[in-house]
Amino acid sequence: MDLVQLQRQLVEYRTSLYHEGFLDEQYTQLQELQDENNPDFVVEVVSLFFEDSERLLNELTKALEQQSIDFKRVDAHVHQLKGSSSSIGAQRVQKVCIAFRNYCEEQNVEGCLKCLQQVRHEYSLVKTKLESMFQLEQQILSAGGSIPM
Amino acid sequence: MVVETGFSSPRTDAFPAGLRVLVVDDDPTWLKILEKMLKKCFYEVTTCCLAREALNLLRQRKDSYDIVISDVNMPDMDGFKLLEHVGLEMDLPVISQFSMANVVCSAFFYSSNSIEPLSHKLRLCNVAVMSVDGETRRVMKGVQHGACDYLLKPIRMKELRNIWQHVFRKKIHEVRDIESMEGIESIHMARSGSELFDDGSFLGGEDTTSGRKRKDADNKRDDKDLGDPSSTKKARVVWTVDLHQKFVKAVNQIGYDKVGPKKILDLMNVPWLTRENVASHLQKYRLYLSRLQKEGDVKNSFMGMKHSDTPPKDSTAGSGLRNSINLTQDNVSNGSFSFPVNHTLAPSVDLKGHEGDRKGITSGPMTELKGPFSIDISGPRKAKSSKISFDHSLGSVDSVVNFASFGPTDTAQYSWNEIPEIQFKQEYEPLQLENGFSQLPLPGLQHHMLPEYLQPAVSVSPGPSITEKEATSSGFEVKSMYDEYRSNHAKHSSQTEAVGESHSLNNQVFKSISTTTSSMKSQDTIPNHLTVSEFSPKNLYEGVGAEDLQLCWPQGDCYATNFGLQGLDCTEHNNPAIVSETPFHLYDHPFDPTEYYASDQGLFA
Repeated sequence: MDLVQLQRQLVEYRTSLYHEGFLDEQYTQLQELQDENNPDFVVEVVSLFFEDSERLLNELTKALEQQSIDFKRVDAHVHQLKGSSSSIGAQRVQKVCIAFRNYCEEQNVEGCLKCLQQVRHEYSLVKTKLESMFQLEQQILSAGGSIPM
Repeated sequence: MVVETGFSSPRTDAFPAGLRVLVVDDDPTWLKILEKMLKKCFYEVTTCCLAREALNLLRQRKDSYDIVISDVNMPDMDGFKLLEHVGLEMDLPVISQFSMANVVCSAFFYSSNSIEPLSHKLRLCNVAVMSVDGETRRVMKGVQHGACDYLLKPIRMKELRNIWQHVFRKKIHEVRDIESMEGIESIHMARSGSELFDDGSFLGGEDTTSGRKRKDADNKRDDKDLGDPSSTKKARVVWTVDLHQKFVKAVNQIGYDKVGPKKILDLMNVPWLTRENVASHLQKYRLYLSRLQKEGDVKNSFMGMKHSDTPPKDSTAGSGLRNSINLTQDNVSNGSFSFPVNHTLAPSVDLKGHEGDRKGITSGPMTELKGPFSIDISGPRKAKSSKISFDHSLGSVDSVVNFASFGPTDTAQYSWNEIPEIQFKQEYEPLQLENGFSQLPLPGLQHHMLPEYLQPAVSVSPGPSITEKEATSSGFEVKSMYDEYRSNHAKHSSQTEAVGESHSLNNQVFKSISTTTSSMKSQDTIPNHLTVSEFSPKNLYEGVGAEDLQLCWPQGDCYATNFGLQGLDCTEHNNPAIVSETPFHLYDHPFDPTEYYASDQGLFA
């Protein structure tokens, strides 16, 4: 695929992510923060997000496996996850977190478990998509092109 | 040194480059983002992911930072605690900016020694607190704990830039203030304060402004003011670590139970310190201690519902308020906590002045409110967007404060309305308890509130007699007054926010609790009184321009507003849904008289 095609593909892909709610305005802000001083800023931030989220998801799984669930703890983790997903604009993940917290408050085990499943799902979706997008960007850069905004 | 850069730069309009910022956030992603954003503003950034670490840094090198931005949701230490520590130990004026969004960033300022050469004064540190919830309760809490400003995540570059401008202005004002304090006639200070105030910079002019306001509003309350109402109060006292140590030593010597401002003052042996200064600091200290003490309870208690926490102030509603008010006043005048919150004096002022000075009072804070804190205050203000646009101007502080002050004011108002003691009592007590609530000089807020409140515009005020009835009749009546107030405010902007805030908080709380009295309608008139149930957020929202007030009170901390709701468990509302729905709607709710007062019209008449 030639450069122009790659660039077009990237733009389309990115646009679709916004449309489908995987990303929101915050992601755009991140892109705007990136500059020559930090050419990999977005990728770095997103990587941090991945790391942190995976840790949180593990914590959540553990917490919900307990005999007697500590909902406050679960809620704290979800809250954190919500915060970090909002930091990169991972809107769908964030939304599930909101619902998740409601269940925590109600101490609804089933609801929580369902949400955990959902949030894992949304997380892996957004992770996959972002990784694909980064790959595309890399290809463009390797081909000597620049990332269209 | 550092005074340097930003401040000595001639470009006073631009935010100072080289501003030294300390960012505290446990979330690595946010930390990185903020660092980048701040660097883009040409600030010198230090990041830190633990609150304790931040405290250490601040303690070790107090003068090394100009501003601190801290998240409030941190695992190792509550962001508010951090504020508290910073506030008490370093006598930081703190500004909380609550904003709607997910993350609230509050900035709080702290200044180094009060008696320092001018150049040092420029080195004021501002701390901002961030929170992801944007819940009103947190905002309140932040304000109480002295945050200067609140920002909501996701934070925008623009917000950061604005804050610095305010910080800069604040410093300028502080410089002036400090100069005044050092032996110069307080009137001079007041004058400069008002000038500052007029400039539109809320931060700087706070104490003086409040002092000024106080003067206006307070004519009736001279008794509250220890000593010279107008002049001496204006002097700002910065409670340095040393001074505070002396204070604590004196308190311990006397015995916490028997302590009193005069005794402390005598023991401290600090010639330039006045009894008022000590009194206000004592109040703050008491609140701080009681807050620490009931750390755990606070979450589940209503704001202010914890009557038990009330410091030994008299239990009467009025006095409760007074105390808190005094505190605020003192604070304001003393500038000890140089919170921009000083504006909050209003509450106290209101209390005093409500009798007559409402108008006067309101004028002051009002303006302030319009400023920075879009969070609370802006709620009602239509101007603000749903994201409680904290413009980050210090003004917002006021708005925030308003919230806080709202509490007291409410009570004050109630008393004013001669509402049955019972109800008010509750109201007042909570005020005291409100940790920080009373602490923060919320004059500004109060002011705003009162006028609104009093104006029968929405037939709110006329209620006293009615409310009385109603108050008694229904345990916790939704504050119809509040609603009204809110609606009034909505019309009048900022004020409502304050009111709203409290309401929202209340409502929020109430929502979960509520039941109450559906007789709210009639009870609407009841001033500020606990009306929650009826106005479950849903109802209120209808009329409300909703999005404005998205202040969601964070779970657990029900601040003030619901004074009357004793026993209502302010369950933690972590529920974003609730949060977002409630309070603000309340505020924005253009009070529809027909809705609430329909039947009561006659009553008010």
